[in-house]
Amino acid sequence: MSAIPTTLPAREEAWELPSRGKAGMLCLIAAESAIFTIFVVAYIYYIGKSLGGPTPAQILHVPILDTICLLSSSLTIHWAVSALRRGKSKLFLLWWGATLALGLKFIEGTAADWYRMIYHDGFTVKTNLFGTTFYSLVGLHASHVIVGLLGLLLVFLFALAGKVKQEHAERCEVFSYYWHFVDVVWVVVFTVVYLIGR
Amino acid sequence: MVSQSLPHAGVLAGERGAGWIERAHEWVVTVDHKKIGLMYIVYALVFLMVGGIEATLMRIQLAVPDAHFVSPEVFNELFTMHGTTMVFFMGMPILFGFANYLVPLMIGARDMAFPRLNAFSFWMTALGGLLLYFSFIGGSGVYGAGSAPAVGWWAYAPLTAKDFSRGHSTDYWTLALLISGIGSIGAGLNLVVTIFCMRCRGMTLGKMPMLVWLNLVMGGMVLGGIGPLTASQLMLCVDRYLGGHFFDTQAGGSAVMWMHFFWIFGHPEVYILVIPSFAFASEIIPVFSRKAIFGYPVMVAATLAIAFLSFSVWAHHMFAVGMPSYGNAFFVLTSMIIGVPTGIKIFNWLGTMWGGKLIFSTAMLFCIGFLFQFLIGGLTGIMLAAAPFDWQLNDSYFVIGHFHYMLVGAIVFTIFAAFYYWYPKFTGRMLDERLGKWHFWLMLIGFHMTFDPMHVSGILGMPRRVYTYMPGRGWEIWNLITTIGVFVQIVAVSIFVYNLVHSYFRGKIAGHDPWDAWTLEWSTSSPPPPYNFAVEPVVRSRRPLWDLKHPDDPDWKYE
Repeated sequence: MSAIPTTLPAREEAWELPSRGKAGMLCLIAAESAIFTIFVVAYIYYIGKSLGGPTPAQILHVPILDTICLLSSSLTIHWAVSALRRGKSKLFLLWWGATLALGLKFIEGTAADWYRMIYHDGFTVKTNLFGTTFYSLVGLHASHVIVGLLGLLLVFLFALAGKVKQEHAERCEVFSYYWHFVDVVWVVVFTVVYLIGR
Repeated sequence: MVSQSLPHAGVLAGERGAGWIERAHEWVVTVDHKKIGLMYIVYALVFLMVGGIEATLMRIQLAVPDAHFVSPEVFNELFTMHGTTMVFFMGMPILFGFANYLVPLMIGARDMAFPRLNAFSFWMTALGGLLLYFSFIGGSGVYGAGSAPAVGWWAYAPLTAKDFSRGHSTDYWTLALLISGIGSIGAGLNLVVTIFCMRCRGMTLGKMPMLVWLNLVMGGMVLGGIGPLTASQLMLCVDRYLGGHFFDTQAGGSAVMWMHFFWIFGHPEVYILVIPSFAFASEIIPVFSRKAIFGYPVMVAATLAIAFLSFSVWAHHMFAVGMPSYGNAFFVLTSMIIGVPTGIKIFNWLGTMWGGKLIFSTAMLFCIGFLFQFLIGGLTGIMLAAAPFDWQLNDSYFVIGHFHYMLVGAIVFTIFAAFYYWYPKFTGRMLDERLGKWHFWLMLIGFHMTFDPMHVSGILGMPRRVYTYMPGRGWEIWNLITTIGVFVQIVAVSIFVYNLVHSYFRGKIAGHDPWDAWTLEWSTSSPPPPYNFAVEPVVRSRRPLWDLKHPDDPDWKYE
């Protein structure tokens, strides 16, 4: 009675497999990309097809500052992860906190913009086709930012309590993939909504 | 034969004389891939019964012209629920169930990559099914008697708009698919990550069993294919709840966009269902031909080609909508091209059987039935891929006959084969072969009686989704044969269910390797212990158990 493995000659060479966390996050990003693609296609297809006003040019303010904030948060989260990898917890806390702050600034900007459009201009999902596609696409992205912010906040609180150590660098890196993805999606959304569609 | 039983505790934790509440609790909280796999399978079998009953009611209504067995409203609900149930709550769950159970065992892993995500995915799928069926009581909100969705399983706009679908039945449909879609994405993600990151020592991608390869492709397709469904359901929710205009033609929206979005999901979905059934055939046919699979690298390449092409054929469902001629030409071309890798696969299965010592067990019989029916379904598919032909027969019973050849003749037949082949691994007991033969032959006869005449009634002009028809058009006899065929299938499936239950208690003890097979799941006991393998296996070829049983002539010398 011998179990299989012992009857086969053991192999000496190294057996390395990809990290589960990274592969899982990449798969999630692939699935999310498919969802965003459909929304972006719908947005582009419906540009200029609204039967009534207002048009994008009349109502949209280009969120340049928010865009700069969100894009630079990709850089700060990268610095945070590499600090943690080198075991520098204080530096990690600093950059991670900066990422959180920049993300909060972005979502605050979106909220203020939406407040202006909804309460002052009376522009909603119902108003016209542009309203439907605009709030859906930007809202889908914003909801991803909010999920990301919750994750950032959670890790930040753990880090404040001193629980985030060097061995957690890979997990933080996996999370940073998500955050980078949210940034890349914003580049696409910004291009489509504020450059092409306006 | 070398004996490979592994030392293990021998009993599953739930069988130590615990009460039924503890046992049920253990199933609910389990993260074991085998238990989750079995829950998927049992859940799907329940929905197979439900969807089958719906089909039967429709066929009774259509057996004779001008019948009044069910009302037109109920008939609409029946075909909507039948389609939705069979695709989302029978087809996908049962294939995920087998993949869940078999993939970790075949790659020598102890569980899936993310066990808790795995449980989450199953329960989301389960919740989706319950939500869909809750529409029967909750469909019209709190005051009405309730009604199921009646918009067809494609739910074309503007039928789903608030004006045409009052009450909440369409919302239940939307939310059910949204939620089960999240479960599907979780399951697909888990499969891909498991296969990339959990393989045992020595199992390079080129040494994975065929089933693992095909489920990897299926998982990848779920990631790309379910997203569009989720997105379009979100848009429908925006339209219905927030007053959006995505599919509202009165406000500039486009009903055709829904068709595109739905079929961008819908056609890959067909391959998400059929590729795992190819996977079953690719494991079962070699074992019962006593030969290694013919053309392993070509099989993998053909599968990848099918997966790639399947994302570019969706609008062949929409020829009758009125696309520009270059649009039609493009989708005719891609749909025809996808027949090439599919044909390669059929020839490879035949090549595997060619010159082999064929053993006609029930599992093998179902696979041979699959080959035959899959070929015919493929040929009618090529007929329908030609746009002018499709203009004549779109939305007719010919189409129903064609895709049921795929869904029942190919997918359900290989699922039955998989039951006969892996049931011994799941339960430790063999399914009864004599009952199995009855099941196969009655199923074969019932299948052809049901779906062959549909091609004829379709060519004679019978449209799909009609609740009844007038006599004198030459449709009567074909519809009657179809309905009789359904009852033959019911007898066949009843024998199968009896066999499942009977063999669970009385079946012959299987042992760990009843088929003298070659993949790793047969090296551990039946059913496998919770940890699968006491010692993590090491492999050197595509058929590790062959190497073990034939140390003088191992596969790795040739691969």
